[in-house]
Amino acid sequence: MMNFPTHRALKVWKRNFLVYLTHYRPSLVGNIGEPLLYLFAMGYGIGGYLQTMNGMSYTQYIAPGLMVTSAMYSSVFECTFGSYTRMTVQRTYESVISTPVSLADVVLGEILWGTTKALISSSVMALVMMGFGLYTPGAGSLGLFITIAMTGFLFSSAAICFSAVAPSYEFFNYFFTLFIAPMFFLSGVFFPLDNFHEAVRWASLAMPATHSVNLARWFFHGEGGAGLLHSGLFLVAVGTGLAVLATRLVRKRIVI
Amino acid sequence: MAAFALLCKCTRTPRRAALSNVSLGMGRPVIVEGRNVVKRYGSLLAVNDVDFSILDGEGFGFLGPNGAGKTSVMRMIQRLSPLTSGSIVVDGKTAGVDDRNIKSILGVAPQDESLDDDLTVLQNLTVYADYFGIPSKSALDKAESLLNFFELNAKRDEKIRSLSGGMRRRLLIARALVNDPKILILDEPTTGLDPQARMVIWEKLESLHRQGVTLILTTHYMEEAARLCGRVAIMDMGKIIALGHPATLVEERLGSVAAELHTDEEMADTAGKAMKDLGVTFEKTGSRYLIFHPPDTALEKLKQLGTVTVRRPTLEDLFIHLTGRGLAGGG
Ligand SMILES: Nc1ncnc2c1ncn2[C@@H]1O[C@H](COP(=O)(O)OP(=O)(O)O)[C@@H](O)[C@H]1O
Ligand SMILES: [Mg+2]
Repeated sequence: MMNFPTHRALKVWKRNFLVYLTHYRPSLVGNIGEPLLYLFAMGYGIGGYLQTMNGMSYTQYIAPGLMVTSAMYSSVFECTFGSYTRMTVQRTYESVISTPVSLADVVLGEILWGTTKALISSSVMALVMMGFGLYTPGAGSLGLFITIAMTGFLFSSAAICFSAVAPSYEFFNYFFTLFIAPMFFLSGVFFPLDNFHEAVRWASLAMPATHSVNLARWFFHGEGGAGLLHSGLFLVAVGTGLAVLATRLVRKRIVI
Repeated sequence: MAAFALLCKCTRTPRRAALSNVSLGMGRPVIVEGRNVVKRYGSLLAVNDVDFSILDGEGFGFLGPNGAGKTSVMRMIQRLSPLTSGSIVVDGKTAGVDDRNIKSILGVAPQDESLDDDLTVLQNLTVYADYFGIPSKSALDKAESLLNFFELNAKRDEKIRSLSGGMRRRLLIARALVNDPKILILDEPTTGLDPQARMVIWEKLESLHRQGVTLILTTHYMEEAARLCGRVAIMDMGKIIALGHPATLVEERLGSVAAELHTDEEMADTAGKAMKDLGVTFEKTGSRYLIFHPPDTALEKLKQLGTVTVRRPTLEDLFIHLTGRGLAGGG
């Protein structure tokens, strides 16, 4: 049986990349606009009222978190609205699995594409931050890259799980309001969670984004991280688990 | 058209002769064989213990009304849908064991169009070819010859949305051919098209068929079955209820004459009673009586009840004879 993905997953990735090439311009404008908005609104806006955070400007403090949450949002948008459309309305999955490309290939290809979208969006953010003197590539860049890739992989997989069980587009509201938005605010991007109630801290530690932010902050500034190995293992383990689950759920929906 | 000879499957390696091959008494090997095929969706029994043997190079039609189970059978052959029980062997490869190899020799045009809306006409073919692992240079050549053959060249860089229904259907069939399939599976290839668009598709399919491609199609158009199929399996409620050459099948079961009687509303009951008295077999569909094997004496009497038309029986008549219902019924 065709339960393991093969190199054919790359063909699915290629198909998505080809489509992206026809509309990358508006997509990139979004990628540039978003970080600028956050940097100004949060960094300079709120940061203007603050002294320093952990010995750096507030803008510098939130920069690594913004970078990974941008990866999170990109992959999640791609693998909810985009994947759902391909899975159901457009019947793209069905026509692909009529060929030697298997369903496991399709799901992995989609996850890798979501990961790529995460990397594109974070890279654009890094460029904007470099332009403002907030980020200097260095020894940690590779680690940052890997952190973003793991983040993209995990959130793409999670989003596909959701798409596979979604009865309609409206269903994604749950995903965004119940999972993604809380992670955006409670994963340590904007403020440390040290002073919060223990329950909040535990909840935060169960959120993948917290571990992404933790790793990113270390690779970005070269300081501040604790439990890095833990965070890395968490992302790999949860990401892999969700990818396997995504394949099962999509199979359940499509193969009837 | 020279490049198109690629499609030709003139030389075939001899295949292991299946048992049923002998029993069918035909020279060609079996290429798709289904045994005791059952498909359930929850509690709904969609395909109810069906056997079929499709021969290499033949045109084979599954004919039946909506809901008969045709698409379910196609999707099980295509390896998109698991069998609830039974077995299917395609070109010597067992379904459920060797699915990737089965898919690599099939070309499929599904009932619900699944063209890639995000891609252009040409890309729909080249990207699909990539899924089969066809190198990009040969994929492009192949795509171009297919666009020529299906008269879609003028649209090559357009998005799918701008195509007419007939063009989309042609592209769907063109896409099914990118991998030079041994077997082409077409689920209702012309449903919803106007007669002219339908005619174009039939011509293309006949041309492919002459080149040796095995055609498996589903339809509820008698004319389509008569034109493209050497044999048809008539399906109803998940069962195959008759199998054979379309004209022969009709001839065998219904002879060469059938009659239709059209009556007024008020005469309908009288007519029904009269026919029972005459002892003829008939079915009522709407305001029309269809009379099978009508004796001349009976025809004379029936003329007093309404308008009588005598004609050759059709596959549609046979279906009504077998089930008491029309084929096109059920939307
Ligand atoms: N995915 C499905 N889930 C549940 N029932 C289905 C599904 N697909 C088909 N059916 C049912 O199975 C029966 C046969 O359908 P189908 O194979 O599509 O017939 P046909 O192609 O001859 O119209 C119908 O009653 C149909 O409603
Ligand atoms: Mg059907």
